[in-house]
Amino acid sequence: MRVLAAMSGGVDSAVAAALAVDAGHDVTGVHLALSQNRQTLRSGSRGCCSVEDSHDARRVADELGIPFYVWDLADRFTEDVVDDFVAEYAAGRTPNPCLRCNEKIKFSAVLDRAMALGFDAVVTGHHARLEDGELRRSVDAAKDQSYVLGVLTPEQLAAAMFPLGSMTKDRVREIAAERGFAVAAKPDSHDICFIPDGDTRGFLARRLGSLPGPVVDAGTGQQVGEHDGTYGFTVGQRKGLGVSVGDQRPRYVLGIEPVTRTVTVGTADLAGVPAVRTGVPTWTGAVPELPFAAQVQVRAHAAPVDCRVHAGDGGGLLVEFAEEQRGVAPGQSAVLYEADPVRGDRVLGQAAVAMAVERSGAVGQ
Amino acid sequence: MTYLDHAATTPVLPEVLAAMTEQLGRVGNASSLHASGRAARRAAEQSRERFAEALGARPSEVLFTGGGTESDNLAVKGLFWARRESDPRRRRIVVSPAEHHAVLDSVEWLARHDGAEITWLPVEPSGRVLPHALAEALGDGSDVALVSVMWANNEIGTISDVPALADVAHEVGVPLHTDAVQAVGQVPVDFETSGADALTMTGHKLGGPMGAGALLLRRDAECTPLLHGGGQERDVRSGTLDVAAIVGLAVATVAAVGSRADRAARLAGLRDRLVDGIVAQIPDAQLNGAPLGDRVNGGPGRLPGNAHLSFPGAEGDALLMLLDARGIECSTGSACSAGVARPSHVLLATGAEADRARSSLRFSLGHTSTDADVDAVLDVIAPVVERARMAGMGRR
Ligand SMILES: Cc1ncc(COP(=O)(O)O)c(C=O)c1O
Repeated sequence: MRVLAAMSGGVDSAVAAALAVDAGHDVTGVHLALSQNRQTLRSGSRGCCSVEDSHDARRVADELGIPFYVWDLADRFTEDVVDDFVAEYAAGRTPNPCLRCNEKIKFSAVLDRAMALGFDAVVTGHHARLEDGELRRSVDAAKDQSYVLGVLTPEQLAAAMFPLGSMTKDRVREIAAERGFAVAAKPDSHDICFIPDGDTRGFLARRLGSLPGPVVDAGTGQQVGEHDGTYGFTVGQRKGLGVSVGDQRPRYVLGIEPVTRTVTVGTADLAGVPAVRTGVPTWTGAVPELPFAAQVQVRAHAAPVDCRVHAGDGGGLLVEFAEEQRGVAPGQSAVLYEADPVRGDRVLGQAAVAMAVERSGAVGQ
Repeated sequence: MTYLDHAATTPVLPEVLAAMTEQLGRVGNASSLHASGRAARRAAEQSRERFAEALGARPSEVLFTGGGTESDNLAVKGLFWARRESDPRRRRIVVSPAEHHAVLDSVEWLARHDGAEITWLPVEPSGRVLPHALAEALGDGSDVALVSVMWANNEIGTISDVPALADVAHEVGVPLHTDAVQAVGQVPVDFETSGADALTMTGHKLGGPMGAGALLLRRDAECTPLLHGGGQERDVRSGTLDVAAIVGLAVATVAAVGSRADRAARLAGLRDRLVDGIVAQIPDAQLNGAPLGDRVNGGPGRLPGNAHLSFPGAEGDALLMLLDARGIECSTGSACSAGVARPSHVLLATGAEADRARSSLRFSLGHTSTDADVDAVLDVIAPVVERARMAGMGRR
């Protein structure tokens, strides 16, 4: 097969490309230039967007003896990922830019272009298993990235290859070291690639400016603090609220209302929600019949919980948790899994959380 | 493999390889006084004399450098500094926006860090700078440090009339530098009659080694050094002479200049067949730069080996990749160090739209090019352009 390897300059995509070459494919490496003001050298451990990262990727491609190109997708990335990220926060939601990038860039813009140019598949260094069109968690639970791939459709998965899902991250580094790749010991990238200093609140403040508003306690209805912008908060957040309340009980963000710029906080007993309503779902395979039982993960690093999935309003879903959940933020994806301890939990699909269902609200039909 | 990227670099000539290998086997610093040093110096100075003769320069006008980029930097910065030092009013650099980055970035650096003022010369749609445009830009010349206009453009191959431009500059007492990296060995270049005060050339575009080049600098030109040290090259350029590279550079230049006329005629024939064949298959393909038969100052108006075309609706980098996959090596003209394709600043300078600039491809022929190379392109270009156009449609 003619395979396009998306090479970030990190160790994972380097080994994924090497494995595709080993498998006998005709591989071409591509580095995606996503940042509009690329820095010459990497700063910190958030590698993928600097010129140095593209050189790291090229170095591996040259070692593998495969063609290598840089595709400039900075405009699309800015529009579809960065601007979306800012707009979501401005609207009081909490986006996941990695998931959005997979949806709009890696498995859309890049995949479309690859197909048009005559490639049969795109290989990436994601830690997830993909066999017979079924997307599953990586064997390395700590490195599993199936959550951010939950948005892919059967058509996209049919043209994707994730050769790393059946091995641990340690094994990936071992393979890289065996092959003498200079990136074998390169630190993992963390956080958000377009916020190299890791200061998300500062990044949003520069984009959105100061938008002060009240912090209100749900228990008393009293204002207990002020903030510089609702974008500094995420539902479920506990630290850095800057509120002073009489009692010493910790407060959690319960809700964000962007129009009045009100952040509502409350005690732990108020923070749990029994269910959420979502937007229109996407499915990785056949559309399941509703309702059904599944597991759901509501954040990239949340533990999966049992749930029941019902039809919701306007083509969306109603996801009812087996136990109340804290920190279910609108904008995040609820990724649905079918538990499978043997072959790995299978990703069924995902839908963006629209709003939590109140405790009193009727659940189920 | 079909190599059609000779403007990027061209294969080393066998006689160059032999001469350099022999020289590399010898010990000796050309600045040393003992027998080994004298032998090295003799080899370097013989090379300088032959090299100078091939280019119509005097040996004392030859400064050997580390290549075209260094020569451009030395000429632009060195002339600017020296001219301003003798008269602080001379802060203006008059330059074409279609220059190579070695010139452009030097000029822009001087503007940002050293008080230079840039006057951009208008260029014709063909990429040529006309003498009357230069005259207008110079005014009375009293505030101008230097003029820099390339002899032949590396992307679109357009040749400007350097002797006429030099006359215009000299009329108001301003020195002219010309980057002749692409011209030497392709069109007649004679330093003396060109009138240029400084001329850049490099070895690896004419069958010599990489990292070796020269700045031809008139004896009366004032030029402040970039590299200080042993003062080896007229006190304007320091550094132990790379004798093997100088020998190779001279052998290559003498050979390329000597065989120039025959090769130019042969390459122009191949190039015309390539362009005509492409346009016959892809009627909306557009030739960039001067027309094929164009003439300037009694010679060709376009480099004989240059074919630069735009393919509307297709992206240059997609075309490049598809051709590469089929064993054909060419270029989109300009890529930054990270390999991100940007619309060519040369085409933009000629007034082309960004889309046309982005959809362009450069085939450049050289001494090893054959009819088979042209056929190889003509065999695949139609499906490649069609495929690239399909890939381009998804673009927003
Ligand atoms: C017109 C022009 N000037 C300068 C250079 C730089 O020369 P060099 O590669 O020897 O530094 C080149 C070649 O890349 C060129 O085409």
